[in-house]
Amino acid sequence: MSAPTTTEQDERRLYWEFVDCWTIVRRELGHLAKQPSLIAWQLGFPIVSVLLYVYVFGSAMDVGGGQDYTTFVMPGMFAMTMAFGFMNTAMAVTVEKDRGVIDRFRSMPMARSAVVAGRGVADVLHAGIDLAVMALIALAIGWRSDGSLVETVYAFLLLLLLRFALIWIGVYLGLLVPNQEAAGNLFAVAFPFGMISSVFTPPSMMPDWLGAIAMWNPVSSTATAIRELFGVSTTAGDSWIEQHAPLMSVVWPLAITAVFLPLAVRRYQALGR
Amino acid sequence: MTAATEAAAEAGEYSVIAEGLRKQYGDKTAVDGLDLRVRRGTVCGLLGPNGAGKTTSVRMLSTLVRPDGGRAEVGGHDVVRRPDLVRRRIGLTGQHAAVDEILTARQNLRMFGRLFHLGHPAARARAEELLAQFSLLEAADKQVKTFSGGMRRRLDLAASMILAPEVLFLDEPTTGLDPRGRREVWDAVRGLTATGTTVLLTTHYLDEADKLSDWICVIDQGRKITEDTPAGLKRAVGGDRVEVVLADPADLPLTAGAVARVAAGGRPPETDEAELRVHAPVTEGVAALTEVARELQDAGVAVLDIGLRRPTLDEVFLRLTGGAERETTEKENAV
Repeated sequence: MSAPTTTEQDERRLYWEFVDCWTIVRRELGHLAKQPSLIAWQLGFPIVSVLLYVYVFGSAMDVGGGQDYTTFVMPGMFAMTMAFGFMNTAMAVTVEKDRGVIDRFRSMPMARSAVVAGRGVADVLHAGIDLAVMALIALAIGWRSDGSLVETVYAFLLLLLLRFALIWIGVYLGLLVPNQEAAGNLFAVAFPFGMISSVFTPPSMMPDWLGAIAMWNPVSSTATAIRELFGVSTTAGDSWIEQHAPLMSVVWPLAITAVFLPLAVRRYQALGR
Repeated sequence: MTAATEAAAEAGEYSVIAEGLRKQYGDKTAVDGLDLRVRRGTVCGLLGPNGAGKTTSVRMLSTLVRPDGGRAEVGGHDVVRRPDLVRRRIGLTGQHAAVDEILTARQNLRMFGRLFHLGHPAARARAEELLAQFSLLEAADKQVKTFSGGMRRRLDLAASMILAPEVLFLDEPTTGLDPRGRREVWDAVRGLTATGTTVLLTTHYLDEADKLSDWICVIDQGRKITEDTPAGLKRAVGGDRVEVVLADPADLPLTAGAVARVAAGGRPPETDEAELRVHAPVTEGVAALTEVARELQDAGVAVLDIGLRRPTLDEVFLRLTGGAERETTEKENAV
């Protein structure tokens, strides 16, 4: 049997970290190529929400300022899609852990960072596809960005930044929960996180205590910031957090990453203890 | 011989060396000072009940978890100090078929080849070799989720064999498989050992350890209880036993005499006076059973039950773990 061998030197470590990461990313893209329905499946809830809120509740919704509800709610839908994304990450990580795939990777001479980094890159790419699909649906039902091209692109980048930050919460929770059933229960966290926010209605229209929670929700900062970039005329509330949404839509994701990236890495390393 | 040259000679002779390996999870000691040596090119079966510490041992030896104490060398390298070198010399097949369900078998093997740092052409070529070796060529372009349990495990094994590792760890490779799947995996493992791979196999099936291993190491509660060749182990545990259950206690001496005449090694049979049971290990099971039955019939002994029994794994462990207490009670019975 002609078994190939690999070099023993670690001199090309950085090179292999990139190559291994890319191999993992290609694997994830391979999944999408094999099962395009994955995208439809994961967008199911946002799409149903769009139909529900635009067509069913839409006519009864008045968010003030004579604002058309579709224009108001679509950016919220984009943000909510990103917010729910951490569930996909957590579920994928739990499945890999459960099925021994992570163990197999860890017993191989590949770069250990690639398992987590590859997941991160693949999920951002996946989120980009999700957003593109959502945007097409939005365009089809009459949503338009009134911002300039730069503002519009920046808005989508802010959305991806939120998704990027949530990857680390997803990886952390995915490694933390004992099994796939428990990972499924994370929806109990994801739901209020996505919905108690400015996604559907301005927090100023909620009871004070709930509004306070909603306006400090990172999803709200992103939703409010991108509304401004898309040129939605409804003014944000008067609170500090709402007034500083453009700033906070960057600060929140960075803060989440600063906390959860090290936690996720530590949790990953703890698999060896 | 100096300690250094002795160590070097050992390293050449054994692919796996563990000394006093220990792992603690909270209050529970999963592995409690395991000593293990697996000769190069042989199959060692690590046999034990669930929770005996088999999986934890394999996880330490395959660099997945760090031992709390002791040391281990796999493929000539220390698992704690040089896990990177160990990982280039091992393959691991865990309790689940750790392959990608959505990709095809061919895509899986190519991907793992790349992750083992083969170039694209080498990864492709190796995938084809392994698909052929593990009889997966026909199903190569099907998604793994359509595979049977046995096929998945074969693909899993193939993925472990990409670098033709010096040591292959198989952690309960047939758990959850139907008989046909088990046979497929056994055949695949036998094929590997023919190529000189050292295999450390964990299992809680006695017959599996028996069929595949050159050497069996029995562990319980994180400790090694005994180790021997499969033949030696079976001798120690006793193979088939003739067992007679009587209706009348008065027949016990006569029955014991009849059973003693066919018992292996002429050892006195064991007598359970409470249950009126007489039993002894035998070598020629059927012949012995026939002889005892005839003799008892001739003597007009009322027999409730007579039969040939093989030791179950439970009995093996009971005998091996509870050996000391058993000896004592037997002596007391004899007095």
